[in-house]
Amino acid sequence: MNYRMIKTTLGWILLFEAVFLLMPTVAALAFREDVLAAFLWSMLVCVACGLLLISTFKPHSTTLRARDGFVIVSLSWIVMSLFGALPFWVSQQIPQFIDALFETVSGFTTTGASILASVEAMPRSMLLWRSFIHWVGGMGVLVFVMAILPLSGGQNMHIMRAESPGPTVSKLVPRVRTTALLLYAIYFVLTLIEFILLLTGGMTVFEAMNTAFSTAGTGGFGFYNDSMASFSSYLQIVIGVFMLLFSLNFGSYFLALRGKWRDALNSEVRTFLLIVAGAVALVAWNIRGLFDTVGEAIRHAFFTVSSIISTTGFASTDFDLWPTFSKTLLVLLMFIGACAGSTGGGIKVSRLVILFKGIGREMRTAIHPKQVKKVTVDGRDVEREVVGSVFVYMVCMVIVFSLSVLIVSLDGHDFTTNFTAVSATVNNIGPGLSGVGPTQNFSSFSVLSKLVLIFDMLAGRLELFPMLILFSPTTWKK
Amino acid sequence: MNFLKARKTPEDALNILIIGCGKIGQNLADQLNEQGNNVKVIDLSPSKVKELSSRLDIMGIVGNGATHAIQQEAGIAETDLLIAVTGSDELNLLCCLVAKRAGHCQTIARVKNPEYSIEAPYLQNELGLAMVINPEYTAAEEIARVLRFPSAMKIDTFAGGRVELVKFRLPEGSSLVGMSVRDVVSRLHCDVLICTVEREDDAYIAKGDFVFAERDVISLIASPSNAASFFAKIGYKTHSVGDVMIAGGGEIAHYLCAMLLRDGIAVKIIEKKPEVCEELSSLFPKASIICGDAGDRETLLEEGLETAGAFVALTNLDEENILLSLYAKSAGRGKLVTKINRFDFEDVIRHLDLDSIIYPKNIASDMIVRYIRAMKNIIGSNVETLYNIIKGKVEASEFIVREGSPIVGVPLSQLRFKENVLIASILRDNRVIIPRGHDTVEVGDHVVIVSELMRLHDIADVLR
Repeated sequence: MNYRMIKTTLGWILLFEAVFLLMPTVAALAFREDVLAAFLWSMLVCVACGLLLISTFKPHSTTLRARDGFVIVSLSWIVMSLFGALPFWVSQQIPQFIDALFETVSGFTTTGASILASVEAMPRSMLLWRSFIHWVGGMGVLVFVMAILPLSGGQNMHIMRAESPGPTVSKLVPRVRTTALLLYAIYFVLTLIEFILLLTGGMTVFEAMNTAFSTAGTGGFGFYNDSMASFSSYLQIVIGVFMLLFSLNFGSYFLALRGKWRDALNSEVRTFLLIVAGAVALVAWNIRGLFDTVGEAIRHAFFTVSSIISTTGFASTDFDLWPTFSKTLLVLLMFIGACAGSTGGGIKVSRLVILFKGIGREMRTAIHPKQVKKVTVDGRDVEREVVGSVFVYMVCMVIVFSLSVLIVSLDGHDFTTNFTAVSATVNNIGPGLSGVGPTQNFSSFSVLSKLVLIFDMLAGRLELFPMLILFSPTTWKK
Repeated sequence: MNFLKARKTPEDALNILIIGCGKIGQNLADQLNEQGNNVKVIDLSPSKVKELSSRLDIMGIVGNGATHAIQQEAGIAETDLLIAVTGSDELNLLCCLVAKRAGHCQTIARVKNPEYSIEAPYLQNELGLAMVINPEYTAAEEIARVLRFPSAMKIDTFAGGRVELVKFRLPEGSSLVGMSVRDVVSRLHCDVLICTVEREDDAYIAKGDFVFAERDVISLIASPSNAASFFAKIGYKTHSVGDVMIAGGGEIAHYLCAMLLRDGIAVKIIEKKPEVCEELSSLFPKASIICGDAGDRETLLEEGLETAGAFVALTNLDEENILLSLYAKSAGRGKLVTKINRFDFEDVIRHLDLDSIIYPKNIASDMIVRYIRAMKNIIGSNVETLYNIIKGKVEASEFIVREGSPIVGVPLSQLRFKENVLIASILRDNRVIIPRGHDTVEVGDHVVIVSELMRLHDIADVLR
């Protein structure tokens, strides 16, 4: 393994983090808040550690193998979260470091699960930092680093593969760097459009920035205790639509911009939109009695379904009070998640498509043992290895999930709380049901449970394998 | 630092589509990507595409590159150059034809079959191809060159053959050992220019005080006649080999046989398959065709390996070629030429001391890379021909000097050159000048420059 190169990359990540910290620092300056010192200190620590890592033991070669790619990605996310937690902890806005870390991991992984009882009590620059790390983590930090830094060689494909969500990763253009730049350009423009639409809907600049960052990363950190409930229906619809837009494959936007509509609206996007439409209809019908008009029921159903399936986690109303059918449907949507190549979490619709087709093939071969049948998506063969890896992914998911639920249950919460707490973190959604519902928070968990949930958030964001590989002994053998 | 090494895409980056991820395709993708072009590759085999696109910063597409749909997917409309280098000639030509209709790109096809090869100029014109490459033919030409001048390991030509770049190894006990580069000029009175010296795994651009040692590999530039007199003076054979034994009767053997017979060199081909033997025998009645296993020691000895003037190993297996050459080296004293397809173990093979090694796949990709440089010339740079003297380290480029160049008319000794740059020869009105300090470069000269890899675009780039 190329330890020196891994270390150097981590150094660069810290320097980038220092740059990211400029954003809330400027905000603290503008709002004249006394947490300014905390941001400055954190920046200083990032720069110092970053320079130290870069300048000592320079790498002999820049070659990165598949294994290095996985290790770099998972370590980067951990390091980034540890240092990103500094402002919360140094300013004592969050007194315990584990809580600050939970909040930061939840930010970077675009989960949106919070340990804060009242976000309104936080300084506004801190809230902005929380939302901004959603934005940074949404598209992937290393992809961002690749867009800026001209990493040498083609091996950074290993990094991109490890960080980008979905069963297969393909580039938009021949060069990784140009691909990363294009993805970020699409991301930035979409965020900007949402920001402007929110401003015209009557939000303040601070509110609009927070909301836009949070939606773009499909994160879900709110800045009012009631999340998005107090905003006008226009704003809720804008947010609802953009949550869906950010959970589509960004490659589709690229194809659409080049006029390849047929390729842009591939089976994953179509399935995703169908699931959304179906779920909205079912939920709206189920909750129609709770609201005065059908329109209102549809609006809340749309917002909540969009928020859950995009794995954002905003709430326009306390959906914990909805009938069991709706809540169960929402939990199922948590697992489905967004499209591959988006900023959303979950299992991803493309995996689900392959999964169902794979099951269909197995059933057919059971009936006609000699039949040769390949799994195809959009008229293309899906390689046997890809189908296999999707099944393995599902099994891993079940294992990680059940072990997490088991450990978290030590705290003595009710089953719904434990189950949804784990599914809301491993799928990067944020709020669950019951004890971790939209009006509740994660502060009541023990340190051990918080650590497990932190692992789940990172594992969920990086799609299990990078984190599992990092903690697997075989990775570290020569 | 390395990590930050600027790999900016040059403005003249081309969008290049390579069909076929065999050895030539891989080699091309590697070099063209390295030079900052946007490369996409197409191959039928998913594993090959995956392997190549995760090793290099390129995009891979799985499918049949001759179909319109796949070419569309690869963005044929924006492609500047399509290179079809699959194993099948017909498929390569079809790829180019389809691409011509769909886009506005230049096309290069690999054609190796001798039957089509004769018609290459016709195909090129009628089908509107930019270039037809035949790696096997080019390899045969290169082999023929070293067989005509067996003291050299490798000979490349500039300015239509008027300047040669000759590579040879100093044998033990050579009179050159212990001499410095400066001495060669003053003592031997030869108009040659020593460019580079390879020793062990290092390569040096030769300075005046560089002293030769045994087993150094030297590259020099001279006109063919001066090169011959230089080798005569240091006691090397300069006449062509008299007879050649070829192991393996593939396409290269076919082309080589025709070239050697034309020069009056006796050819003996050992080939296993009777039908191939019969075909060769009816095509080349003057050559002696032996139907037998070239891997068999007795057959080789019976056919006179010990006395053969040269032995050329051209079977399909790299390992067998190396083994046969090693045996031929121990059994006879003739010139050895070994064909090797895989470039990966080049450094190991170099140490085996097998005399001339021919890498046909590399020759092919070098030719295409050279063509692409010329294609970019229209945009600004004016490199005419380009050779890798030492792969990845030292290259020789030929320029035409244009009006207004800062080096015109100034004696070379007064110009401030960059480190490790050598003006190797000047060609003026059909006369080859090996430049010394008092010489000047004039407008219209062809100048060959030897330099460490620095991607020269214009002759002015060599100045500080």
